[in-house]
Amino acid sequence: MDRQFSLDMKTRWGHMKKSGALLALPTIAWLFIFFVLPLLIVLVVSFLSRGRGGVALLPFTLQHYERTFDVFFIILRRSISLAGLTTVICLLVGYPLAFFISTRRRRLVQQITLFLVILPFWTNFLIRTYAWRILLGEQGTINGLLLSVGVIDEPLTMLNTQFAVLVGLVYGFLPFMVLPIYASVERFNFRYVDAAYDLGANDARAFLRVILPLTMPGVLAGCALVFIPSVGAFVTPDLLGGTRGLMIGNLINKQFGGSGNMPLGSALSIVMMAVVMLSLLVYVFANRRERGA
Amino acid sequence: MKKLGLLLIVVLLLAPAVTAQDMAHEPWTCPEGYDGQTLSIFNWSTYIAEDTVPNFEEACGVTVNYDIYESNEAMLARIRQGNPGYDIIVPSGGTVQRMAEEMLLIPLDMEMIPNVANVIPDLLGAAYDPENEYSLPYQWGTVGVGYRTEVFPDGINSWDQVWEHDGPVAWLDDRQTMLGIAHLFLGNDPNTTDADEISAARDYLIDKGGNVVTVAADDGQVLLERGDVDIAIEYNGDILQISWDCECDDYAYAIPDEGSNVWIDNLSIPVDAPNPELANVFIDYILDAKVGADLTNYIWYASPNQASIESGYIDEEILNDPAIFPPAEQVAKLFAIIDVGAEAEELINNAWDELLIFLGQ
Repeated sequence: MDRQFSLDMKTRWGHMKKSGALLALPTIAWLFIFFVLPLLIVLVVSFLSRGRGGVALLPFTLQHYERTFDVFFIILRRSISLAGLTTVICLLVGYPLAFFISTRRRRLVQQITLFLVILPFWTNFLIRTYAWRILLGEQGTINGLLLSVGVIDEPLTMLNTQFAVLVGLVYGFLPFMVLPIYASVERFNFRYVDAAYDLGANDARAFLRVILPLTMPGVLAGCALVFIPSVGAFVTPDLLGGTRGLMIGNLINKQFGGSGNMPLGSALSIVMMAVVMLSLLVYVFANRRERGA
Repeated sequence: MKKLGLLLIVVLLLAPAVTAQDMAHEPWTCPEGYDGQTLSIFNWSTYIAEDTVPNFEEACGVTVNYDIYESNEAMLARIRQGNPGYDIIVPSGGTVQRMAEEMLLIPLDMEMIPNVANVIPDLLGAAYDPENEYSLPYQWGTVGVGYRTEVFPDGINSWDQVWEHDGPVAWLDDRQTMLGIAHLFLGNDPNTTDADEISAARDYLIDKGGNVVTVAADDGQVLLERGDVDIAIEYNGDILQISWDCECDDYAYAIPDEGSNVWIDNLSIPVDAPNPELANVFIDYILDAKVGADLTNYIWYASPNQASIESGYIDEEILNDPAIFPPAEQVAKLFAIIDVGAEAEELINNAWDELLIFLGQ
């Protein structure tokens, strides 16, 4: 019996060794302790009541979810649409850029342009966002330039608007779009394009029927990588948005500081997470269909 | 005869050093019996003059341990865990109330603090400690409007000018202060806990906030400096800072006539203080006219000490700056923020979220 058991264990051990499941153990432990567990805590807290100083107390209640869909709905909608718009702009700018980079003949040019895309990461994101405040300000660099050239007579109001938030988000997340698309285009075999031409396709058709579908995994990955952090963006709207560019991340942040409302903040986070999850499902689903096709 | 001549010379040499002011004021003297004792002070950083503590040590023959903190919360956390041995702390208004409720403060012994008579009467009996049982003012300041003098050459004297300004305005992200200002207009208690009154104040501010481009955490002065706003509702110290930095008259600070928020930092004795008697003596020392004046001359915050102000010990430059020392009729209209309790706190929190959401629509 004992022998049988240890034999069983041995074969199981061997099986696990072969399948590489053991290698995943640290990751699984990590995810459980630092992701699943905190997430469960947030979920539970979101159903609790608010106590003095914003802490969570019994009894359980649904009021924070009610408030989320009632009062906070406008901001939730704004966050989703700003993140969506950011994703579209990043795609429109990033796709040609990624294409440009990966089609350079000389390896060195390719490496340098790629390096330039990553270069901004060397500077702290907060500092780069502060820089946009100086650029977009009423007496900022851009207004100063336009005024001195005579294009405008009055300074443009750019800072503390949704426009400023959009600029900040596109600026901040563009590399996340460019890099996965670059990886896709890099692997793309351009003989397919020749084949498309041979079969009578024009440029547009060759792009839409051949190039785009084959680089779609990169596009989808890029969209997910831009959309997800954009929805929850906090620093960018905080520094650039003012009252008009307020996003859900700012309101969540407020609930956890000073005399906020942790259960409400948790409910807002859960709802936001649901939105992100939904968009991830779209990504996975679309990716599968791409592969299936 | 020769001796008399020498004495005369000495007196003549010393005479210019002794001014009329010094003659009028007896230097603070320490009560007997504290020789060799120790006092531990826990104060905000950069919030005391260089010679305040050494002079006290010399006057009483005691040793002072001096430690600093950066926020009320940080100090509160230390005392809550059990007082590590501090005799003096400097909590802000709402924190005094909170600590008193949590039994973290020892009542002051007014018998030992005769200099309480020096304190500006309007700064005594603030709502957070109506009987001054646990606290006496240390330094104070206000929330008001910082503005660009170019845009308002005639100055600002009413909140209506802020509400009606056709240009960008920054508000302060301090819910109780902002709602309190609305309560002033609506004729309510600035610290009201009534749900309807809080809603009314929220609606009032949403109605008046059409020109608000940002509700700034603590950088309204920077927006003002950069020209992104014409008006910033801010703490007086922050607006003074940019005026000093630029050494110009581009910015000014005003407290509108309707009134505004006053913050007061206080001297208190935490529970389990090892030497509360000496702590009371120290509070009396700080409230001395000369000591208080020296303190203000060094750190440039407003002194709560009427005697310091009237004695002329405080530098003219500081005393005549209405941004630091508002005139008495304005001081009478200032309101202090108190801790309103869990229920009203949630109402205020909700009202503020709604305000932030609707201001941007």
